[in-house]
Amino acid sequence: MSKEPVAVVGIGQTKHVAARRDVSIAGLVREAARRALDDAELTWADVDAVVIGKAPDFFEGVMMPELYLADALGAVGKPMLRVHTAGSVGGSTALVAAGLVAARVHGTVLTLAFEKQSESNAMWGLSLPVPFQQPLLAGAGGFFAPHVRAYMRRSGAPDSVGSLVAYKDRRNALKNPYAHLHEHDITLEKVQASPMLWDPIRYSETCPSSDGACAMVLTDRAGAARAPRPPAWMLGGAMRSEPTLFAGKDAVSPQAGKDCAADVYRQAGIGDPRRDIDAVEMYVPFSWYEPMWLENLGFADEGEGWKLTEAGATELDGDLPVNMSGGVLSTNPIGASGMIRFAEAALQVRGQAGEHQVERARRVLGHAYGGGSQFFSMWLVGARPPES
Amino acid sequence: MTREETPGVRDIAVVAFAQTDVLRTTDELSEVEMLMPVLHSVLDRTGLKTADIGFTCSGSSDYLAGRAFSFTLALDGVGAWPPISESHVETDGAWALYEAWTKLLTGDADTALVYSYGKSSPGSLRDVLTRQLDPYYVAPLWPDSVALAALQAQALIDAGEADESALAAIGTRSRRVATLNSHAQLRGTVPQGDYAVRPLRTGDCPPVGDGAAAVILAAGERARELCSRPAWIRGIDHRIEAHSLGVRDLTDSPSTRLAAEKAGVFERPVDTAELHAPFSAQEIVLRKALRLDDSVRVNLSGGALAANPMMAAGLIRIGEAAARIHRGESDRALGHATSGPCLQQNLVAVLEGDAR
Amino acid sequence: MPEVLKAPLVVEFPFTRSLGPVQSAFLTGLRERVVLGVRTGDDRTLVPPVEYDPVTAEELHDLVEVAATGTVTTWAWNHAPRRGQPLATPFAWVLVRLDGADTALLHALDAPGPDAVRTGMRVRIRWAEERTGAITDIACFEPHDGDPAELTGTTGEFADPVTGIVAPARLDYTYSPGRAQSAYIEALSTRRTVGERCPSCRKVYVPPRGACPTCGVPTAEQVEVGPRGTVTTFCIVNIKAKNLDIEVPYVYAHIALDGAGLALHGRISGIPYDQVRMGLRVEPVWTDGARYPDHYRPAGEPDADYDAYKELL
Repeated sequence: MSKEPVAVVGIGQTKHVAARRDVSIAGLVREAARRALDDAELTWADVDAVVIGKAPDFFEGVMMPELYLADALGAVGKPMLRVHTAGSVGGSTALVAAGLVAARVHGTVLTLAFEKQSESNAMWGLSLPVPFQQPLLAGAGGFFAPHVRAYMRRSGAPDSVGSLVAYKDRRNALKNPYAHLHEHDITLEKVQASPMLWDPIRYSETCPSSDGACAMVLTDRAGAARAPRPPAWMLGGAMRSEPTLFAGKDAVSPQAGKDCAADVYRQAGIGDPRRDIDAVEMYVPFSWYEPMWLENLGFADEGEGWKLTEAGATELDGDLPVNMSGGVLSTNPIGASGMIRFAEAALQVRGQAGEHQVERARRVLGHAYGGGSQFFSMWLVGARPPES
Repeated sequence: MTREETPGVRDIAVVAFAQTDVLRTTDELSEVEMLMPVLHSVLDRTGLKTADIGFTCSGSSDYLAGRAFSFTLALDGVGAWPPISESHVETDGAWALYEAWTKLLTGDADTALVYSYGKSSPGSLRDVLTRQLDPYYVAPLWPDSVALAALQAQALIDAGEADESALAAIGTRSRRVATLNSHAQLRGTVPQGDYAVRPLRTGDCPPVGDGAAAVILAAGERARELCSRPAWIRGIDHRIEAHSLGVRDLTDSPSTRLAAEKAGVFERPVDTAELHAPFSAQEIVLRKALRLDDSVRVNLSGGALAANPMMAAGLIRIGEAAARIHRGESDRALGHATSGPCLQQNLVAVLEGDAR
Repeated sequence: MPEVLKAPLVVEFPFTRSLGPVQSAFLTGLRERVVLGVRTGDDRTLVPPVEYDPVTAEELHDLVEVAATGTVTTWAWNHAPRRGQPLATPFAWVLVRLDGADTALLHALDAPGPDAVRTGMRVRIRWAEERTGAITDIACFEPHDGDPAELTGTTGEFADPVTGIVAPARLDYTYSPGRAQSAYIEALSTRRTVGERCPSCRKVYVPPRGACPTCGVPTAEQVEVGPRGTVTTFCIVNIKAKNLDIEVPYVYAHIALDGAGLALHGRISGIPYDQVRMGLRVEPVWTDGARYPDHYRPAGEPDADYDAYKELL
């Protein structure tokens, strides 16, 4: 028995901003869902099931918010499934939704991920005081900065690489109307002059805190045939997890990331990712993660990823564009960030990415990770259906 | 969704089930320390190791633990090395089982480990669960889970479908049969007690406790290799209702009925049902929605009124139903799980054993 | 076995919630002692007004006034009010269908006792004296013997509408780190760092978590590590955390204590922050009364070879 091919026929995002003070949580998710349905020219009644994801419930202070959001997402009377796999959740959520179609359990599934960080302060949710533990630092940057230093030591990359990534992603964001940060006066010098927060990570090399939601309509072959616009076809998708901390963990290039990518490439028949994949939306919350993931995902040999960045290969007009949308560095509604990667990958192969469209993007990778670099989810989408 | 509707799909079965004793408190154990023995136990029953498992999915809630990302440390008990294909739902493990079932249906995996756990003892569960409610109109009033269940019970009484003695009989029967379930928290004769929130007395309410459960699923021939009498999942479906209590008929559970219909419950009678009815009145609502008559053995485990570890109690219902099939005590059993206030979301699974 | 540790854990946040137009109108109305519902496409009136039709999923915005009186559709007597609930004295939880509404609102009913409450009884809103635009502007319901209250005739448009609420939320937990971490913390009180060895892969976990995460088996064999160790990687923290009493800049480091299978995290001091380096050999500095070493300082040994610690970053 072969799997049902899965097509993305609708994509919707909110304009991501620091605080969406004009809408409720329901209003925020509804906006993305409505846009995805409009893109697919479908109604609420056409949706068979809803799969929703977000990062910790403590961020908005609503436990299992899918219960309250059922009405807003037209899920009443339907199956509704909630996924939570830390920062990778947006990607995992899309994969769970895709699984429902692939398994032929449902024909058309609405999947959505969100975060409304302005409801509280994500920092609080991340640094709830745990008794008996020594408080040492606050914020995710401090957690990841030592890994960045380890990468720099291992690869011999020059200090300037991180700022190149930030400068590129922030300029890409100017071409994406949904991106949170639109820094029209960005210059490389400004990035390099921004303060060191967690040395070696500078302020301009960190992600913002955003309110936002992203939704996709996934459907089967029959649904794709009815779609008004070209679908994106899922050619491969996988999740991999490894423990948070363990003896022998490679936090710079986690095995789970390598294995996840290898599984996706195997499914999609990708022999050489550098040659066969046209562009990547990867989860880069701190700029140095671009070269790190380029290696982890097999686009460069170990220690060589920064050379791609430095040579301009990952620029919008390079031969391996990375984060055409501006990436997590420009937009970070945490729970949605992974799904935005997946959705932006799909937009590219549909030719619907507007000003940040990469020409001849036929196969594009969407990537997300979370926890202590331990949860990975990825999919590869293409302009043509999978061969079977 | 039933097999019959989707020709060509694989047969998938529950092949092993394990659970902890459910205890009022397990504060000598971290979550992983509580969970790990159950994972070992369920793997031992099949002879599988973590590395043999094709997909792993778990269910838990940060709000019970009081810590964000609490599930990441529970993964330590799995031995996720080399890295595993894994996912997590922020709800009862029954929905993790559902996700694993779809994964096996795609053919991406032949076996799945499903686990869930909840420690309710660190917090005040009645207060914690208020955070599930509409954050604008309801949560600011802090209506606790017992109060909401009491509103539902009174609606049932007003409709003439129950009275306090009928409710009491449900709790009494549950705890009496639980004497045969060594994992249950409340067993034997338990006084019906004073009103918790009238009309519910303490005997109408579930005990608050900590526990964990795990299940292994396998597809086709793999299931037969791993279990002498697999509990085949003939159908499984879940549905959600509107959130606000004020727009729902609390005496009915249309989502349960619809899920049951889609899962094929009504095609042939079941002999056994494990219902996740945390409050006595909810068993009446569920029996009605599922059209269970007195010929069906309901909650022989004692059900949630005997042990209700949050996030695991629904998975345990499916596990208990499957275990009866494994043991040859049932041929066709129903497992049910619920989530949210007053049965807002419901999952129904139909399990069958091969003919004997 | 040492006693398992326990401590209170208070999780307390104020959440700032933006409302959107429908919820804004409803809560602003409450401030003005007006109750608004919302009309659906099939002419039902939902109170409280929701943003999306629970039946059709359509977006709703057609606001209409309903009366401040209504009928109890179900109730439950709460003899022991809990923190945060609308009344501090015993009361009934009620679902009330306000006159003019098709759905019911959840709130409290002030009544002398359960015998004074029944389904079908008539009630009216008792307004809070101070109202801010929140569901708690309804102090509670009270028995009402009579006809529906008159409508105020409002247009539903108010000056200075409420656009957000601040919802404080406090939950109290008792945290216990479990057996393995309790033993670790107990040993720290004698200034010893004691990890646990995995019986399968033989790696020493510090701090121990009760399980070897790669083998998935319990750990029990205690092994003292350190006291010295190697800085394997680090960052220099330049931003001051709100709830952290450490002067910036400071160095946050991964430190592989001698004998440990992985690095733990600590602060480096006793050396200018910009001279901290990977491979630096360090030792703990304890202060009286503290549970953990205050920081680690240079041990005065030659730096460790990269190859010696590159697996311990």
